[in-house]
Amino acid sequence: MEFSLYDLGLVDYKYSWQLQHDLFNKVKDGSLQGALVICQHNPVITLGRLADKNNILVKDNELSKMGVPVYQIERGGDVTYHGPGQIIAYPIFNLQCFKKDIHCYLRKLEDVIIGMLYEFGVAGSRYKGYTGVWIKPFATELSEQGINEHSLSKIASIGIAIKNWITFHGLSINIKKFDLARYSFIRPCGMNIKITCLENITKQDVEMDLIKKILVRKFKRIFNIKALCSN
Amino acid sequence: MTNVVLPELGENIQKAIVSYWYLQEGETAQEKDDLVEIATDKATFNLPSPCAGIIREIFFREGDSVNIGETLAVIEEKK
Repeated sequence: MEFSLYDLGLVDYKYSWQLQHDLFNKVKDGSLQGALVICQHNPVITLGRLADKNNILVKDNELSKMGVPVYQIERGGDVTYHGPGQIIAYPIFNLQCFKKDIHCYLRKLEDVIIGMLYEFGVAGSRYKGYTGVWIKPFATELSEQGINEHSLSKIASIGIAIKNWITFHGLSINIKKFDLARYSFIRPCGMNIKITCLENITKQDVEMDLIKKILVRKFKRIFNIKALCSN
Repeated sequence: MTNVVLPELGENIQKAIVSYWYLQEGETAQEKDDLVEIATDKATFNLPSPCAGIIREIFFREGDSVNIGETLAVIEEKK
């Protein structure tokens, strides 16, 4: 399979959401084999299909004043925040070309993230039952039994939708540290968890262009697909 | 009558939650129309109508948990 790469830069959520629907329809009608949308978003909160609105901790009018829109969308999962400094990937892939298995697809997305972090010397982990990628505490003496969702920090989130076995929505990875404070607007994924970012761990600046290149390379490697062109 | 069954969605997925019915009892579905959306913890999945016909009965409402292999609805096929 081949995919067309859409590198949008920094965009409003609504624009990328509409683009995903357009690309989805093209994959569905066969005019496009697949697509990968890479972008950053202006501040936005999205609610997944089963989200609890109480997990937004700031009043609607305060969010409006700050220019942070809230969208109820069709992905799985609870509430999440997106903003500049996060890299977002929305794969529009036909899983009939891979494996018709939601669990397997979610694990592959985690593999993409873990592989990307590894290139920066950062060990991302899975935590069973909690989709996403987590960072273990630095206290190496902490036993495995002592590790739980409260001792781990979340660095990447996943929320997807699948129609006709074609995927949309996807993953977000926290890269830059300047925007992390806005996570306090929400209870991420409906959980009381710590959020971290790549720069917090590497203690140095990370270029978003480098992140994009590595991310695309990991998608190609893990899904065994070719990038067709950039749009 | 055709049963609309929750299919295998992948390894380790035994159940899901009905998150949205696109059509209601008594309404007519075309084959492959979006019929029902189900959700796992991080994914939503649209189940299309397996045939054209009238939706005679829906067994699970939005918010209900349903096991893989269970019947979600029954459709009376168009002759």
